[in-house]
Amino acid sequence: MLKVDAIDVFYGDLQVLWGSSFEVREKEIVVLVGANGAGKSTTLKTISGLLRPKAGTIVFDGVRLDRLPADRIIGHGVVHVPEARRLFREMSVEENMVMGSLAPEARKKRRETLAWVYELFPRMKERRKQAAGTLSGGEQQMCAIGRGLMALPRLLMFDEPSLGLAPILVEDVFNIVKRINKEGVTVLLVEQNVRQTLALCDRAYVLENGSVVLQGTGKELLADPHVKEAYLGL
Amino acid sequence: MDVFLQTLVAGILKGGLYALIGIGMTLIMGVMGIINLAHGQLMMVAMYITYVLHLAGVDPYISLFVAMPALFLLGCLIQRFLLNPLLKVDTILPENQVLMTVGIGMVLTEIIRFIFKSDYKSVSTGYSNATFFLGNISFSIALGISFIIAIAFTVAMFFFLIKTDIGRSIRATAQDKDAAVLMGVNTGRITIITFGLGSGLVAAAGCLLAPVYYVFPDIGGPFTARAFIITILGGLGSTVGAIFGGVTLGLAESFGATYISMDYENIIGMTIFVLVLLFLPGGFKRLTKI
Repeated sequence: MLKVDAIDVFYGDLQVLWGSSFEVREKEIVVLVGANGAGKSTTLKTISGLLRPKAGTIVFDGVRLDRLPADRIIGHGVVHVPEARRLFREMSVEENMVMGSLAPEARKKRRETLAWVYELFPRMKERRKQAAGTLSGGEQQMCAIGRGLMALPRLLMFDEPSLGLAPILVEDVFNIVKRINKEGVTVLLVEQNVRQTLALCDRAYVLENGSVVLQGTGKELLADPHVKEAYLGL
Repeated sequence: MDVFLQTLVAGILKGGLYALIGIGMTLIMGVMGIINLAHGQLMMVAMYITYVLHLAGVDPYISLFVAMPALFLLGCLIQRFLLNPLLKVDTILPENQVLMTVGIGMVLTEIIRFIFKSDYKSVSTGYSNATFFLGNISFSIALGISFIIAIAFTVAMFFFLIKTDIGRSIRATAQDKDAAVLMGVNTGRITIITFGLGSGLVAAAGCLLAPVYYVFPDIGGPFTARAFIITILGGLGSTVGAIFGGVTLGLAESFGATYISMDYENIIGMTIFVLVLLFLPGGFKRLTKI
């Protein structure tokens, strides 16, 4: 479904991704794990077009995403829930949701999708008039995920959804990810929370210094000696 | 007491127009993060359009419908061909776009001076000096009509910003540009529309001011300064704040002219500006939280 092939990405003169390749298949949950600065967020930003690869290709369902302007990518069903939520803080929860459904297809179904998102997150319905910036951390994450769902994603990419949340909320967020996946949405997840995400994913890739060094199913990686030592502290 | 009320009314009427000028500036400030130092000059161009149409016998309130689209277009073109290309240039000066607006303002002023000379023109109509009385207080009919039209445009603008996808995209771009891109907003196009809207709004203010003011090429500068003061008063990038800022400046000028001296009109505005920067650096936005 999504095939990232040997991309090199730079910030100015600094190379962050070195020929990194991976793929996501229909209906999967795929996780990219790695330490701070390994290039996980950079990878997502490159897929969603905020950054351009200097070399390599990104293909989603036969479409070259790396050749599209960033604002056109969401229209193909590739939706990025960014790190630190990045909500429109002075807009209400509902306006944030509406902002997720600008593409023509999503726009047509705006009302139904909104009802579905409110069903998924009853708390968001209660707070729909409230400015997004005044929500608690967990609520903001729900709002950001809801905004992403409003775009009717086929591939939903999460960047550190558990960041800054209390452990109990982290559990909630991962349950939501699983639930969204059950609804038929393919998921690409970036996380530092290695143990929990490896347990819930279908397949995972380990990024180190901008390259993919390991890949396998969640189970395989949980048992891998290098992963155990470097990420699980065993 | 009558003098006081009279001054108050005059200030509020003027403030309505200033709000229109300020909202345009604020929108541009919010989305592009730059102060548009050609704002008053764009208004001046609209005033000359009104003047030319007036010579042809068109009422200033009708020429609004010519000047606004014309300035909207001019604003879009400026953003598209003069300001946006600067974003792609790497320089040590991040204020490039601001400097460009200064240049645009000068060019507009000199083009108009070249065509019309520096003479003061007036767009006097039957109602320019007409007044009506409510008790002992006289209202300028021209300013009264202008005020009502200004309010109508302000309300329409808010409706647009809150209820339409483009309006929401403008606000979203101002709040978080990258997130807006991720949501599918073509931010390049949004900056163009925003500059067009800002120019269109200040054009409306120009048409409304024309019947009660003189028209001359250098009128742009003082109004750019006013727009700047209003934007700072309101708190940068806050549209509601810009309305408060506009009315405050209108009132301050009006009271200053009545109780101190007509000559000090501009000094009053600048004094308030300095006081706000010193004691309320966030502008009225800090007080209203809007």
